[in-house]
Amino acid sequence: MLRTIFKHPSGRIGLTIIGIFVLAALLGKLGITPHDPLMQDRLARLQGPSAQHLFGTDLFGRDVFSRLMMGIGQSFVVAFFSVAAASLFGTVLGLTAAWFGGFWDGTVMRLMDVLLAFPAILLALLIIAIFGPSGWTSVLAIAIVYTPIFTRVVRGPALSLKTRDFVDAARTFGSGRGYIMTRHLMLNLVAPLSVQITLALAWALLTEAGLSFLGLGTQPPYASLGLMLADARNLMEMAPWLLFFPAATVMFAVLGFNLLGDAMRDILDPKTRRALG
Amino acid sequence: MGYAIRRLLVFPVVMFGVSVFVFVAVRLVPGDAIIAMLGTESGLLTPDQRAALAAYFGLDQNWFVQFWRWFSHVLQGDFGTSTTYGKPVLEIILNSFPLTLELALLSMLIALAIGLPAGVFAATRKDKPADLILRIVAMIGQSTPGFVVGLLAIFVLSVGFGVLPEMGSFVPITEDPLRNLGQLILPALTLGTAFAAAVIRISRAAMLDILSEDYVRTARSKGLSDRKVIWRHALPNALIPVVTLSGVEFGYLLGGAVLIEQIFALPGLGRVVLDAIQQRDYALVQGSVLFVAFNFMVVNLLVDLAYSALDPRIRLDKG
Repeated sequence: MLRTIFKHPSGRIGLTIIGIFVLAALLGKLGITPHDPLMQDRLARLQGPSAQHLFGTDLFGRDVFSRLMMGIGQSFVVAFFSVAAASLFGTVLGLTAAWFGGFWDGTVMRLMDVLLAFPAILLALLIIAIFGPSGWTSVLAIAIVYTPIFTRVVRGPALSLKTRDFVDAARTFGSGRGYIMTRHLMLNLVAPLSVQITLALAWALLTEAGLSFLGLGTQPPYASLGLMLADARNLMEMAPWLLFFPAATVMFAVLGFNLLGDAMRDILDPKTRRALG
Repeated sequence: MGYAIRRLLVFPVVMFGVSVFVFVAVRLVPGDAIIAMLGTESGLLTPDQRAALAAYFGLDQNWFVQFWRWFSHVLQGDFGTSTTYGKPVLEIILNSFPLTLELALLSMLIALAIGLPAGVFAATRKDKPADLILRIVAMIGQSTPGFVVGLLAIFVLSVGFGVLPEMGSFVPITEDPLRNLGQLILPALTLGTAFAAAVIRISRAAMLDILSEDYVRTARSKGLSDRKVIWRHALPNALIPVVTLSGVEFGYLLGGAVLIEQIFALPGLGRVVLDAIQQRDYALVQGSVLFVAFNFMVVNLLVDLAYSALDPRIRLDKG
């Protein structure tokens, strides 16, 4: 699978970018950064990029490169956990809705309709207002926003798979419905799900940055990409590097997942390729 | 039963669900509405005054009573009174909505004006340098959050040209159209170019799809010029996915572009919702979120219906 993606040009670029970012995220989370991202140095405030501080320093003399690594770590953790939760809940809801049909299907799908009736960022704001701003609230908010989309992605194909002969065959062999759902249906849903997961990761990164930019995500003094952009707002004329490096970081991270998602869609699903290019 | 009728029947059910959801969500927000409204002054209230205020805003009843009161009033067009502004909620919403609507229309216009020709152009030059460049630009555009584009735009303006976009005192279009446009053009460009990237991608893909159809080949073999084939025969069909995408985006924008309004200090609907949540202004959050969700659903419904009307082959029954 990885090899096929690597043969696809945008898949190759996407995977490479994601690889670099995952490495930076891991190091950032483990605290292996060139400088301590939280250490303030009053004498080295607002310095431009140099050999000592690759991406310069911020208002408190903290090393921007190290803070970026920490921020990437934070953003990736939020994106990863929120998409993992959303795809898990969405899959369970979508599969059971398709399988049992009737009242359960109606209830689940109307509930999802209610969630889908909100513009995404608004729903996220409401959830954050309830639980208070923090990294984990962002995870919850993004997961809730994305669950209905996964539910739909799974339910549609599962409905048509359910009526296929191999499911009947499995049933006549005496397979339990849990087994049929996890083995026969899930295996056929891997393709649409993995495309959706990749694109959801891109979207989750964007949302996390937006929420922390508004001050509703990760809280200072910890670094996150959105928070760094918010801090850069008033200083960008004096210290443009505070704006450029986090901006470029967000862009490349999202780009990586978008490229990978595109490549996977091309490879796994020749039909949607025609529709979405 | 027809798809349209079924969608229309589900609509009020979902709207009711949305109302319940918003109502409960707002009440789960920690903190007290009266303290949030009066700040530290709330400490000066006598218990009697507190009770009177709570009764005035209907906060002394249990949730079921509060919900029923609110909901039955909403059905009559009365969204209640904002605790922060002391004004009717509907008035506040309707005051901020023109700005949001104008911004949404402007940015859609910009996005389509850039995206559609670029997408068609890229499709006709498939795999040539122009196409590749446009595809890369679109991919990067789609990966850059709108608020980052906005920040960069402000940076370029202030450092490159020494001008700052006028912010702070927003002028409605009815008072001074030119100044109004001057204030909105940068946010609209920001939102517009961000969305243009998506329009390029989808219109290019749709166009490529259509150009390989038999009827286009027929038109070509009749000896029609390329231009005629593309604009007259291919484009109308390629527009269908563009319409869908734009409709959904328009629905989003009508909910207020929270981040862009924040960056450019615009008093739009997104700002109202954000402030209301922070102020625990129950009535205002409920009213504005319901208003936004209603618009969003109506736009999506219209898009769905337009979609099936534009192309009778599309059956939306298997939702």
